[in-house]
Amino acid sequence: MNIPENLLYTKDHEWVKVDGDIATVGVTDFAQSELGDIVYVEIEKEGEEVAIAEVFGTVEAVKTVSDLFMPLSGEVTEVNAALEAQPELVNSDPYGEGWMIKVKVSNISEKEELLSAAAYKELIGQ
Amino acid sequence: MDSAELKKVALNDIHVALGGKMVPFAGYNMPVRYSSDLDEHHTVRNAVGVFDVSHMGEFMVEGPGALPLIQSVTSNDASKLVDGQAQYSCLPNDKGGIVDDLLVYKMADEKYLLVVNASNIDKDWNWISSHNSFGAKMTNISDATSLFAVQGPKAVEVLQKLTSVDLSAIGYYHFTVGEMGGIKDVIISATGYTGAGGFELYVKNEDAKKLWDKVFEAGKDAGIKPIGLGARDTLRLEMGFCLYGNDIDDTTSPIEAGLGWITKFTKEFTNSAAIRAEKEAGISKKLVGFELVDRGIPRAHYELFNASEEKIGEVTSGSQSPTLGIGIGMGYVNKAYSQPDTEIFVGVRGKFLKAKVVKVPFLKK
Repeated sequence: MNIPENLLYTKDHEWVKVDGDIATVGVTDFAQSELGDIVYVEIEKEGEEVAIAEVFGTVEAVKTVSDLFMPLSGEVTEVNAALEAQPELVNSDPYGEGWMIKVKVSNISEKEELLSAAAYKELIGQ
Repeated sequence: MDSAELKKVALNDIHVALGGKMVPFAGYNMPVRYSSDLDEHHTVRNAVGVFDVSHMGEFMVEGPGALPLIQSVTSNDASKLVDGQAQYSCLPNDKGGIVDDLLVYKMADEKYLLVVNASNIDKDWNWISSHNSFGAKMTNISDATSLFAVQGPKAVEVLQKLTSVDLSAIGYYHFTVGEMGGIKDVIISATGYTGAGGFELYVKNEDAKKLWDKVFEAGKDAGIKPIGLGARDTLRLEMGFCLYGNDIDDTTSPIEAGLGWITKFTKEFTNSAAIRAEKEAGISKKLVGFELVDRGIPRAHYELFNASEEKIGEVTSGSQSPTLGIGIGMGYVNKAYSQPDTEIFVGVRGKFLKAKVVKVPFLKK
């Protein structure tokens, strides 16, 4: 299971890469492997301010559907357009081409609530 | 249910070793996928794959009372079966619903095999036993029997390497008992739950590993793969086959479920007079297939609406069709909306996504 050290994590299996006040968000390798083949990623909150822990979209696998939760409060400034035609990128490259949204973070101190790679590994029993 | 209480199929350790993701299903620890639901689905549609569905239940019914018992509890007409023929049927309950759907195999005169859903083994056994006023001898061989579904367009050529039985001569819903891979008395049945063609092989547990290994050896060049329950569900849904617990259950009428074709009023059976009256009076809702026109994926229990946003029904099964690449589903709708091409809407997370009623199978030949 690939859990990169340089990222932060939520208990809902999103990963976050913080760069200044911009956060890039996706789902973890563990999440994609549990979900199975992802066939649709719907980001419902593009351009909107969304509070931490609120739903910003939905990921649909063949067998299941799962909500996506904001790891940090902020405005969803960008959505990965490649996922429209190739949702399977979330399976093949969850931390790279399978990223989902970019967020302009409104309260960077919320970062302290996120999990380190080590804490996330413990959460998923790795 | 604790995983400790879950039953295991005979080849459980093989599935784990093959990388199967094991999940609780109908009281069994079963492989939901080995690699990818989509890859496994396409493998069955285009080549050949093997499902271990040994969790299914098997009852032998024998003796002079066998046929009268089967006729009294099942909706289809088992008297029409010849030796070596199987039929799809259901067990109606006495309240208008369905105890289970099943396959009835005629092994010989006075000897039948009933194949039932794993989740209903105890319920079916008790139900049929309680109606056995005919003195039929019933034996539950579920725990001693393994079942492999070898499905796909290359299933015949692969399995033919393992047997002298002419497999191409076995018609759909027919079977033979013969040698396969050096194992005697395998039930070789031209049935399945995928619409991809192929066979279901019933084998004693002690021979299960040998048969599994032989099948994979024979199928190597054809690209044979193990297939999980995830792909089994999308494959059956593309064909519009009912899944007990989703599309039919203790409360759904066989007529509303579109199972009129296996409901034969040539004989009396549980609740037959009421079902006949229901059919003659006309039903108020019907199980239909529908395809999404808008992008989205229907799921069980989502609500169905008309253009005025009035609720007209509910989804019972849904997924994205791996073959068609669109959302497909089945659900009960008010009869007025059951005709093909009727525009309906699926409620998905507060939105009304446009869909249209279609005839099943979704996959046209």
